[in-house]
Amino acid sequence: MNPGAVDQARTESRPRGLAPARAVLASGATIMAKETRTTPAVTLHANLRGGTAGDPDGQEGVAHFVSRTIDRGTERQSADAIAEQLDSRGVTLSTSVGRHVLSLACTCLAQDFEDVLTIVADVIMRPTFAAAEVDRRRGEIVTLIRQDQDNPAMVAVEGLNAMLYGEGHPYGRRVRGTLDSVERIDGHALRRFHAGHCVPSSLSLAFVGDIQADRAIDAARSAFGAWTGAPVLEAGTPPAPPPAGRRGRVIPMMNKSQADIAYGFVAIARSDPAYYAYVLMNNILGQYSLGGRLGDRIREQQGMAYYVFSALEASLMPGPLVIRAGVSPSNVMKAVATIDAELARLATEGPTEQEMGESTQYLIGSMPRTLETNMGIASYLQMVELFGLGLDYDVRFPDLLSAVTRDEVHDAARHAIDPARATVVVTGPYEGPLP
Amino acid sequence: MATLEHMPESASAVREEVLDNGLHVLIQSVHTAPLATVWCWYGVGSKDETPGLTGVSHWVEHMNFKGTTNIPREQVKGIIEKYGGYWNGYTWIDQTTYTETATRDALDHMLFIEAERMHGCLYDPADCESERTVIISELQGGENDPEQLLDQELTATAFRAHGYRHPTIGWLSDLQTMTRDDLHGHYKRFYVPNNATLVVVGDVEPSDVMRRVASHFGTIQPAEVGRRRQTLEPEQLGERRLTISKEGTTAYLKIGFHAPEVTGRDFLPLLLLDAVLTGAKGVNLMASFRTPPPQRSARLYHALVDTGLASAVNGALAPTAEPYLYTIAMTATDGTPLARLEEAALGEIDRVRAGGVTPQELRKAKNQLRARLVFEGDSITNIAHQLGFFETIASWQWLSSMGQSIESVTLEDVGAVAAERLRAASRTIGCFEPVR
Repeated sequence: MNPGAVDQARTESRPRGLAPARAVLASGATIMAKETRTTPAVTLHANLRGGTAGDPDGQEGVAHFVSRTIDRGTERQSADAIAEQLDSRGVTLSTSVGRHVLSLACTCLAQDFEDVLTIVADVIMRPTFAAAEVDRRRGEIVTLIRQDQDNPAMVAVEGLNAMLYGEGHPYGRRVRGTLDSVERIDGHALRRFHAGHCVPSSLSLAFVGDIQADRAIDAARSAFGAWTGAPVLEAGTPPAPPPAGRRGRVIPMMNKSQADIAYGFVAIARSDPAYYAYVLMNNILGQYSLGGRLGDRIREQQGMAYYVFSALEASLMPGPLVIRAGVSPSNVMKAVATIDAELARLATEGPTEQEMGESTQYLIGSMPRTLETNMGIASYLQMVELFGLGLDYDVRFPDLLSAVTRDEVHDAARHAIDPARATVVVTGPYEGPLP
Repeated sequence: MATLEHMPESASAVREEVLDNGLHVLIQSVHTAPLATVWCWYGVGSKDETPGLTGVSHWVEHMNFKGTTNIPREQVKGIIEKYGGYWNGYTWIDQTTYTETATRDALDHMLFIEAERMHGCLYDPADCESERTVIISELQGGENDPEQLLDQELTATAFRAHGYRHPTIGWLSDLQTMTRDDLHGHYKRFYVPNNATLVVVGDVEPSDVMRRVASHFGTIQPAEVGRRRQTLEPEQLGERRLTISKEGTTAYLKIGFHAPEVTGRDFLPLLLLDAVLTGAKGVNLMASFRTPPPQRSARLYHALVDTGLASAVNGALAPTAEPYLYTIAMTATDGTPLARLEEAALGEIDRVRAGGVTPQELRKAKNQLRARLVFEGDSITNIAHQLGFFETIASWQWLSSMGQSIESVTLEDVGAVAAERLRAASRTIGCFEPVR
């Protein structure tokens, strides 16, 4: 992205694959568009580089708070007027926040595209964060935080992130902040965050559906063309995650029936050359079919858990690799011992050639399914844009994955999943020893 | 890898056939992606279960992923994955279903798996035992969620006689005592072609699909399912209440009203009434409740969320074969007494019972439902799900005529349904009071 460039409005195309159109406005905003004809509907997806990693110290949760209030009134129309216009067209504008992006997404009938885009653009550019709305949504956020505190799975994952990264690191903090920090956030804080992060150069739009790409791009240029703002200041480098030896925490929640285990490591960034080896390792370990090797052992053979899986969250910074399981409290020790054993086995022996072939084939073969729906394509395009993967990434992906060798996956396992360096958090009706 | 170059827009009409053994087959070509989806539906759900065997349908569903006569246990995994595919199954009150979605060249494998599942599952005793603890773990995971617990208790209170009263996962004591023969008996009785609907949708050619279906399923023998005993739920004569007092952080309120079956005259007026009260959801059990409804201008959102009494309000009217429930679920904001929330919610319900809805509200509700029906057709998986789901509770044609039927619902229809269906005597009020 080059914020100073003239309006390129250049449509790039590729001979095969998804081949979306892409344009960069003079203001720096990026627009991607892909025409599909599955239904007479269009999905609009907007990403702004304003995620929780941008939460200032003491105001943890401000990005999430913005996501809950950005569509509650603008300089031009009230919250009720926005609600009425969207509701009358059957449109739900979903807002969400991740570590690095604030997202607004909706699907509308193709006939409503221009009208809905106008509303979405107004919401992105001119939110007011009026005091009454801020106070009302604060009550909702406080309730959400209280619900999280009663959710063993959420407590386990948040507890794991806090231990893996430390409270000073953006990945170690709670997305929704704390009861204290949310009390401190007011309209000024929300407007400051919006002004600093929600600017043209941080905006990436994806339009997918029953609309010609050029028409969608023209509509976006019209809606956002006059918007100006300084580029986002990059946040400073966060402190390094604390060095890891085996450690953990038990958080008893004796009112619950099932124990939740979150077991993890700090892994890699999305830009790491070993990324594709990690993807395959994760698939073999805890994804393939009913949860990879972990699912085979813990669910299918031992019958201990309804769910067990692993997830790799490689992002702009090194993200976590997390193993999750829900088990009876009497099986906590046994389940963690099995996870330890399976990780040690993969790290010691590496994957088999058969596993390499199966997981590679599965991940490549699942691309058409991932890209079947308008929302699926829009989310994919935003991922490609965030990580700078290029418009032909869907065409290149099979070769990138196929090139990974068994030794590279074995190396990834050796580096990433040594049980002696694991962090383990157990929540639920369990007061036993730390596994 | 198959690429995603645009294919000509085309979705054929639904082709419907019945094999000699009674297997109902629905096929639709949709050439928007190089994919195919197969769904095999069985007309059996938790409402068909008897005391002592609650949860058997769901447990049987789990057992039917553990190998067959011609698919060794260890080879179940990998058949569909080889084609980048996804497979799963679910059980609910009226139905049990299995699905695979993968690239179109996996079609034969998908049909083979479903044919095997229909007549060749193994029910190895050790596998049955191992799955007992998996299912109990699933049940306990659900109990961790206070909203799920409240829903279970409310349903059991609203129904006294009908099979809809017990949870699909079953009661714990039944899960602890059910035997391998109980599971196998249920499987042998209900998993017959004359009790099944096979749906195939995607980048396929219907005649070719029919040939393959006949080859895979044609020799499976039909069998009588036998008489299903079902007690009609007697009319509720007065308001029922329950309160769960349990350690927790958040208070929840849920109000349930007896609702019509999907083919009942009141169903669509009640669906539109729900859209006015809490925003339109649509009628896809898989998709509708995952995407929040457009609800910020809805009556209950204004009265409960915009006033700060609740952080969330959700209405739910599921399409079912027999009369089930219309529920309104609310989360109290931190510090709000449930009594205040209940008073405000019942005040709005009284208002709509007395005054009906406005023409503008009805128009908006119809627009919302029309849009949701379009959005729900965005994938072959969703399209096939809807064909099979409605075939198990009514007929797949019901869904295709729904758009037109919605248009013909009048203000008077909605007003009358509000007055009749939301009566105090027909409701059950459930509270989850956190003990801190």
